[in-house]
Amino acid sequence: MARYVLEVNGQAKAVEVHDPQEPLLYVLRNDLRLTGAKYGCGLGQCGACTVIIDGEAVRSCLTPISSAKGKITTIEGLGTPQKPHAVQAAFIEEQAAQCGYCTNGMVMTTAAFLDKSKSPSASDVRDALAANVCRCGTHDRVVKAALRAASAK
Amino acid sequence: MDDAMLPPDRAADGAATLSRRGLLKGGGAMIVGFALGAPTGALAQAARGAKAGPPDHQAVDTWLAIHADNTATVYTGKCELGQGNQTGLLQVAAEELDMGMHQVSTIRLDTNITPDQQATSSSSSIHRGAPALRAAAARARMELLARAGVHLGVQPGSLEVRDGVVSVRGENGFRKVTYGQLLGDKPFNVKYDGTAPVKAPSDYRLVGHRPARVDIPDKVAGKYTLVQHHRVPGMLHGRVVLPRGQRGFGVGAKPVSVDEASIAHIKGAKVIRKGDFVGVVAEREWDAVKAAAALKVVWRQGEPLGDHNSVHARLRKDKTVDTVIANVGDPLGMMQKAAFVRGSSYQCPYQSHAPFAPNCALADPTGEQLVIKSPTQDVYSSRKQVAEVLGLPEQKVRIQFFEGSGTFGRSCYEDATQAAAIMATETGKPVRVQFMRWDELGWDNYGPAHAAEVRAGVNAEGDIVAYEYDGWQHGWTVTSTVSDSARTKAGVERANGSGSITVNPISTGSMYKIANRRVTSHGAPMVNYLRGAALRSPLDLSFAFASEQTIDELAVAVKMDPVAFRRRNIGDERWLGVLDAAVKAADWKPKVMGSQAESGDVVRGRGVALGTHHVSYGAAVAEIEVNRKTGVIVTKKLYGAMDCGLTVNPALVENQMVGQMIQSVSRVLKEEVTFDDNGVTSLDWSTYQVLRFAEHPEVTPVVVQRINEPSTGAGEEVMGATAAAIANAFFDATGVRMRQFPMTPERVLKALEGQQRT
Ligand code: FES
Ligand code: FES
Repeated sequence: MARYVLEVNGQAKAVEVHDPQEPLLYVLRNDLRLTGAKYGCGLGQCGACTVIIDGEAVRSCLTPISSAKGKITTIEGLGTPQKPHAVQAAFIEEQAAQCGYCTNGMVMTTAAFLDKSKSPSASDVRDALAANVCRCGTHDRVVKAALRAASAK
Repeated sequence: MDDAMLPPDRAADGAATLSRRGLLKGGGAMIVGFALGAPTGALAQAARGAKAGPPDHQAVDTWLAIHADNTATVYTGKCELGQGNQTGLLQVAAEELDMGMHQVSTIRLDTNITPDQQATSSSSSIHRGAPALRAAAARARMELLARAGVHLGVQPGSLEVRDGVVSVRGENGFRKVTYGQLLGDKPFNVKYDGTAPVKAPSDYRLVGHRPARVDIPDKVAGKYTLVQHHRVPGMLHGRVVLPRGQRGFGVGAKPVSVDEASIAHIKGAKVIRKGDFVGVVAEREWDAVKAAAALKVVWRQGEPLGDHNSVHARLRKDKTVDTVIANVGDPLGMMQKAAFVRGSSYQCPYQSHAPFAPNCALADPTGEQLVIKSPTQDVYSSRKQVAEVLGLPEQKVRIQFFEGSGTFGRSCYEDATQAAAIMATETGKPVRVQFMRWDELGWDNYGPAHAAEVRAGVNAEGDIVAYEYDGWQHGWTVTSTVSDSARTKAGVERANGSGSITVNPISTGSMYKIANRRVTSHGAPMVNYLRGAALRSPLDLSFAFASEQTIDELAVAVKMDPVAFRRRNIGDERWLGVLDAAVKAADWKPKVMGSQAESGDVVRGRGVALGTHHVSYGAAVAEIEVNRKTGVIVTKKLYGAMDCGLTVNPALVENQMVGQMIQSVSRVLKEEVTFDDNGVTSLDWSTYQVLRFAEHPEVTPVVVQRINEPSTGAGEEVMGATAAAIANAFFDATGVRMRQFPMTPERVLKALEGQQRT
């Protein structure tokens, strides 16, 4: 048993795991019941598991719990259906989801990106999302939503 | 609300209501929350779920409940798979009931509660799901008006309804009563027989309009309850153990030996076996993941499988069952007399459903019934299959549907469901099973490979006078890998005939008036090919890729613009309607294809094509760029038109069209299941490539609305046209035909190299 204290969405959370290599993704979903971040590949290839750590979009499926240091924000900490973050509001406006399984990755990657890049072009947005997969073909709407969020800021 | 957060008894009772009662207006956006139903609704709900279904199809109560707060719950047999069909079905019910969208909600499918409407597939949700619901809602309205008449002391004929409030016409709301007051959570106790009057399409207030989807706000907040989210107390995590990549159909996954000691170092990890099925469970999910990877299993090897490049030649040599699908006139004879004949052979790949969420299910054996939360597309069929695997009566199994991700046909959802059922039964504890990415891509029931030989002839005036299409493929499986293994039975293939996959006559030339046409399907047995099953728009991309390129070649032969050529030959105004809509959106400029080929490294082209799946009509125009140095094709713009009869919610159909057209780009340019003698080798997102952001096109969808025609499918019908339009655009750009897809850079370079040599 190994014990870690994580700072998630502004709160300190203690968790116990068997293996220090256990990816943050499983701890978030199973121990902290934060199911916004999702398992898509476990290989760093799809973005479903994206969280923000100290302002950077990070793949939680490849982040061992033992190195998950810093301020972790999950999509649950970004906004709520009642009080959505600017990026979430833009995704709703553009109806930028089909099944929604990739949406966590799209929203979190976009949010981290827009924090750094103030007035991005469509091709900047595409580059920022280059490593995220969507199987339902929402790409077009996701780019529109990201641009809408950028201009709303 | 994420009902994984609820106490387990609530989370398990299936009462998670997709509700619009939390409707708020905020910041100009319509924010809709999914909340639990009102307490009365929840109680009525629990009573409903008490025994195994299906409930009586003809009873109005099976479809609808009216609550005291003047809201309604709609029970349908079609599930939400990301296509927004719940919103569409709610529109249909609210329309007939004269209620507002904010007053209706629905629940997820559940074999103890919801009606049996078979699978949510073939884009059938609105097409086949709506009529029964519409009839039941119309009967419900009739009953409510009769009761209102008694209550208000007037004839039902003098009543009108708005938002579930019944009032006497012309009285300005002086005498009125609500549905909730009339029925308030009590049963209707009436049956419908289809004779209650339904609204005329011209009176529709909701159908044909665009209420926002009810599911998006929670999805964007990470709060939407997917099947992957459930946890129950005392639950174990399970993983299946399979070889990395399937071998030939019929070999399955047969363990010769399993070394249980190889996972002894992983805390609490245990091997579960039933017949040839092998799985592992552990308390922590990560331990189950590690155990599945670490467990040493020797698997039986089958016959060598060949590879993905030689499969087409093998199909064409195989002993096949041949079916003539269409046969009119004398195509062979007329081919001799044609001014020009064009034709070629085509090779099309195996493709994977590759759902973005690996399938997942949670089985709980601790109550009266084995309760399974599953992403299946058909809850009643899933129940039957689980009962068979476990040797239980069907009534002992309860399947509750929860969304996974878009699945696009028969991915591994039955496997995950059965694996969870087996592991829960063996351990006596709730078990949650999720497939790993490589399980899902390696053990999918793939869309089968296809080989085609097409020939067509045209006269000097530009009339198509003869057409022949021969297609080779194997069929689909009816069983799943896990049930085959657990029962140590060989997989079962669908017999030839209805339900097996044959060449689709609609996609192969039926849109043109061709007096001499023959279409022949050559069905190979599936043994020692890969597992096959329906993949979104089954084989229509392949058929359209081969057929519509041939049509384009005829147009070039007679030096006609491909749009004018198609207009001349189309035999049906609805095909003409979608063609015209697509070319208008694209601002098509007439030309002979390939006649204005650009020079330089990056060349552009435009192409057009028709296609469908079953009954709707699709047309597409594609604008692409080809890099002659790298072989990379980028689809810049797509214009698609679809006529699916009465479109209940054009916004949903447009969204579906965009999704399917982008997926079509992915499939025609990138997706291919690869394999060698030892099995499937495309096991992750780098070996099974899908379209990424840098390559996605701008898509313009056009819905051709026909309010007096019945609604038909809208989830896959413009995919074939899109794939073929891209292939035709490639010729326009380069003067070269691609006979094989996906049109990968290697294949493109090879094709262009051939051109330079000649
Ligand atoms: S699950 Fe982490 S990148 Fe795919
Ligand atoms: S919306 Fe389904 S994967 Fe993107």
